[in-house]
Amino acid sequence: MNTEVIQDIAQAEEGTSLWQDAWVRLRKNHLAVLGLVVLLFMIVIALLTPWIAPYAYDAQNLDLGATPPSAAHWLGTDVFGRDLLTQIMYGGRISLAVGFIATSVALLIGVSWGAIAGYVGGRTDAIMMRLVDILYALPFMIFIVLLMVVFGRNVILLFLAIGAVEWLTMARIMRGQMQSLRQQEFVEAAVSLGLPPATIIRRHLVPNALGPIIVYTTLTIPSVMLLEAFLSFLGLGIQPPQTSWGLLISYGAETMEEYPWLLIYPGLTLTITLFSLNFLGDGLRDALDVRGSKD
Amino acid sequence: MGRFLASRLLQAIPVILAVITVTFFLVRVAPGGPFDSEKAVIPEVKAALEAQYRLDQPLFSQYLAYLGDLAQGDFGPSFKYPGRSVNELIGAGLPVTAELGLYALLIATLIGGLAGVIASLRPNTPQDYVPMALAMIGICMPTFLLGPLLVLVFGIELEWLPVSGWGDIPGDKILPSITLGAAYAAYIARLSRAGMLEVLSQDYIRTARAKGLPEWQVVVKHGLRGGLLPVVAFLGPAFAGLLAGSFVVETIFQIPGLGRFYVQAAFNRDYTMILGTTVFLSTLIVLFNLLSDVLAASLNPRLRHQYQTGGMP
Amino acid sequence: MFFSRSSLYGLGVVLAMTLGLSACTGGESNVERGNRDQTFHYGNGSEPQGLDPHVVTGVPENHLLRALFEGLAVKNPYTLEPEPGVAQSWEFSEDRRQITFHINPEARWSNGDPVTADDYVWSWMRALHPDTGNLYSYMLFPLVNAEEFFTGKIDDFAEVGVKAPNPLTLVVTLKEPTPYFIQLMDHYSTFAVHRPTLEKHGKFTDRFTKWTRVENIVSNGPFVLEEWLLNRRITMKKNENYWNADFVRLNRVVFYPTENLVSEERGFRAGQLHYTQSIPLDKIPVYQAMEDSPYVQEPYLGSYFYLLNTQRPPLDDARVRRALSMSVDRDTLINTVLQKSAVPSYSITPPGTLGYHPPKTFSYDIEEARRLLAEAGYPNGEGWPGIEIIYNTLEAHRKIAVAIQQMWKDALNIEVTIANQEWKVYLDAVATMNFDVGRRGWIGDYVDPNNFLDLYLSDGGNNNTGYANPVYDDLILNKAPQAPNREERFKVFYEAERMLMEEMPIIPIYIYTSKHLIHPSVCGLPANLMDSLNLRYVWLDPERRSPSEPCT
Repeated sequence: MNTEVIQDIAQAEEGTSLWQDAWVRLRKNHLAVLGLVVLLFMIVIALLTPWIAPYAYDAQNLDLGATPPSAAHWLGTDVFGRDLLTQIMYGGRISLAVGFIATSVALLIGVSWGAIAGYVGGRTDAIMMRLVDILYALPFMIFIVLLMVVFGRNVILLFLAIGAVEWLTMARIMRGQMQSLRQQEFVEAAVSLGLPPATIIRRHLVPNALGPIIVYTTLTIPSVMLLEAFLSFLGLGIQPPQTSWGLLISYGAETMEEYPWLLIYPGLTLTITLFSLNFLGDGLRDALDVRGSKD
Repeated sequence: MGRFLASRLLQAIPVILAVITVTFFLVRVAPGGPFDSEKAVIPEVKAALEAQYRLDQPLFSQYLAYLGDLAQGDFGPSFKYPGRSVNELIGAGLPVTAELGLYALLIATLIGGLAGVIASLRPNTPQDYVPMALAMIGICMPTFLLGPLLVLVFGIELEWLPVSGWGDIPGDKILPSITLGAAYAAYIARLSRAGMLEVLSQDYIRTARAKGLPEWQVVVKHGLRGGLLPVVAFLGPAFAGLLAGSFVVETIFQIPGLGRFYVQAAFNRDYTMILGTTVFLSTLIVLFNLLSDVLAASLNPRLRHQYQTGGMP
Repeated sequence: MFFSRSSLYGLGVVLAMTLGLSACTGGESNVERGNRDQTFHYGNGSEPQGLDPHVVTGVPENHLLRALFEGLAVKNPYTLEPEPGVAQSWEFSEDRRQITFHINPEARWSNGDPVTADDYVWSWMRALHPDTGNLYSYMLFPLVNAEEFFTGKIDDFAEVGVKAPNPLTLVVTLKEPTPYFIQLMDHYSTFAVHRPTLEKHGKFTDRFTKWTRVENIVSNGPFVLEEWLLNRRITMKKNENYWNADFVRLNRVVFYPTENLVSEERGFRAGQLHYTQSIPLDKIPVYQAMEDSPYVQEPYLGSYFYLLNTQRPPLDDARVRRALSMSVDRDTLINTVLQKSAVPSYSITPPGTLGYHPPKTFSYDIEEARRLLAEAGYPNGEGWPGIEIIYNTLEAHRKIAVAIQQMWKDALNIEVTIANQEWKVYLDAVATMNFDVGRRGWIGDYVDPNNFLDLYLSDGGNNNTGYANPVYDDLILNKAPQAPNREERFKVFYEAERMLMEEMPIIPIYIYTSKHLIHPSVCGLPANLMDSLNLRYVWLDPERRSPSEPCT
């Protein structure tokens, strides 16, 4: 064990200073700050939508139909003559909510499951990971249909269901990380210092696996958003006239030649949001990377 | 290693049995049956149909009978396609989907891995931003959008490639493979970049660099091994996911694959077909997860040592 | 940096090769090649369940079966009147309860065997056998004792009203005069199948034998099965043993399971298909605006409507049901959301079916709707408990539901929600009457108002609304069949339908149209009310560049 490892342990022990340091480093990363600002802007808009949306979300004007952007409708209208900007604003509420709620669920279950399995190893690991295998293999759609029938149509439930499916990959990735980290010197040092396993996992292992976790999280958010769109499209998700970015894009994709604006604007909104998220994620990863910061 | 493999293969049996059992009862609880249609079915007809498919027997004896047939490799007859056995349907769809998935994964690993590694070598420079931005677009772009876009550009505007089909017209396999592979390429790019960055900051890499090894040797010999670990962990489930998730691509390009059968079986409540595809997929998932664990172990020197000495992972 | 740069070049080379290769693969399209060798590339909507006429049901199956097999009489695609098929002629007895079919002595199975009257007796026994589980067995119920045989009340098929006094004569005895019986002879559930082939491959009532496989099947239609690739294509070639083979001009027909409308339309544009089964709604205006458009739209014998659950408040009140129906602005709906691709309807029967025109008991009238709703106890929507519209997952259903939801909210100030349901969940909800408002479409199996009006018999299996009216039942079950002529019969139907529309257990919305994209080279494929495809009339004229040119 060299002195650097001991420093690592010492630093990780003082959790607060780690996060404070990270915040200082994050602020220096302009892209990450920009990402954070854009995300906060999206969230604020989503929260305020019912008060600031230019039109009611279900207000139709069938005779108007689909029109390109104009002064009255900045981003144009859909086939029902509904304002696209309003649709995107309301859609954001659903998409952001599903993105954050489902991902948090996936993160929470996946990280703890994978961490425990990977750290404890042996029989426990085998049983836990075989359970993951079983869940992977179950027919997902039947599962969602049943949830809908048993618990009724409930948006929150849908988010939880998506999260409950998305955690599996997270668990596998986390377990892989755990296995390789557990062999590292500083962990062996912590074990020999007599720290309890829970503390070791929380203080040493999870922080050191933060990089892949953050990256995978930034990947999970778009994938749950698209999964929601897919389920809604099949009639297993949110119900019209409620909408989401994913749904708007999937409808837009069908008419991309006739009404391109119905695809472009929701697509742009989603892309900007995901890019911001990605910049923020990378920034966070770099900021939290204890070793990297010393270079 | 041998013991590890044997024990994992043994573990697969209860896993698959559990999948069969849960699925068997799950599909029966779902509302609607295989013979419901928009036109009401005369009760006598329904009774005759249920008798032909053993559905009139108690559920548990149906379950036992199914397991018995399964032990002999018989997945039973399809409900939706009278005259077709589930074995036959899987046999028809699997080669197509497997081929599609293989091409897609090859494209994804090559392009994604390459982009990720390139980006990781010069973090926070244009060499990093450009491939990563492309990857991000790949992730934002769902297959139901990318597929039609590619068709419009290469199929209809440029008339370079067929708009649909599989093995009917030369070149018709290109667009679906790219469409399916794109999202995975983007994932792999991100994962491999993160993994590489993680590894490249490790002590042993510094040691290697300090020894004066050329950079490309450091990257290829020492970096790739650890850096691609997260990718390998991702590949196993990804391939199984490709098989089950190729539904959208198969629908867009009218490809006669297993993905369409799988999703349609769920919608049709084609019980035997749902079970058959699920059993089949679960076996594949277990195998591929095992494979990716083995690969991960052989890439990770310390774990490899453990396997070789026979310890349980 | 050595590593990355060389890889980038490598990537570039791979991409260039892929694209270069692909650029060379362009060439003659399906359509061009097909026009040359008379191969018709047909978008058929979906993969058929199978090809056994007494087992499968569905529109794509219908197209395939009517190419492979031929009934006693066949619909002329231009007039929809029956014309000779396997039977070269037929005549009715005085009391119209007996029909004698004279079988064409030239009629052959594809293996060369003659088609005989006994084939029909045996096949109808199979179609009606309770163990077969034929969903369309009721097509033969007009025969004396057919229903009794089907339900097991009698075991001896000799008592059923179909006899073969000699190999070329088939005598059919009906329970009561059934004017549309000849039309039913073109329905696949009444087709004959080849007995030795079926018996060779299993028990005749088995659903899962392999007799319909390419290597086994024996059929009697204008085409024979050549290739059947699951979910990919079904190819048929001309049947040289067909009695009217000289008349058939196509050499081959390739049926594609084009499930995805958007992909189907692209396949048409790329020259992979001659004919599409349908078209995405939003593409209609684009095609309509074209000069010499390949888009063909015709009224279709089908009704689109909303079922109302008459047993649940507030829909248990006929005034509420009428108010809802009156506040649907059908014209706007059809002109905007549906892109003028349908005909507004105010009753369930499509107008003009053999000269029958349904009553119109109401019109779009918001004032009257509000008055009725107030009368029912919900003035300006006050006290309204809320209702839900359910529909199964489909783009057009969604659009209609979204528009109607808003129309009701605007006109009546009432709370309406909509729920998109997965197909089987939706079927289950409708069958168990676990819904308020549900969408429903009904396509006629034969051209007769009876086909629509008998839906709402009190114990009708497809009623699904809880509507029950003994007077209505009597009109449909007793008065109409006993009417001495078509005019009197239609009067009875008119009266029944007026009664139904006063009670309004359903909200009629529109009459379907058939919508196809058809390449100009396709000839002999007229649009008709039943969207009936008769491939023996079809041929391809490579010289024809626009639908306005004559076929040669």
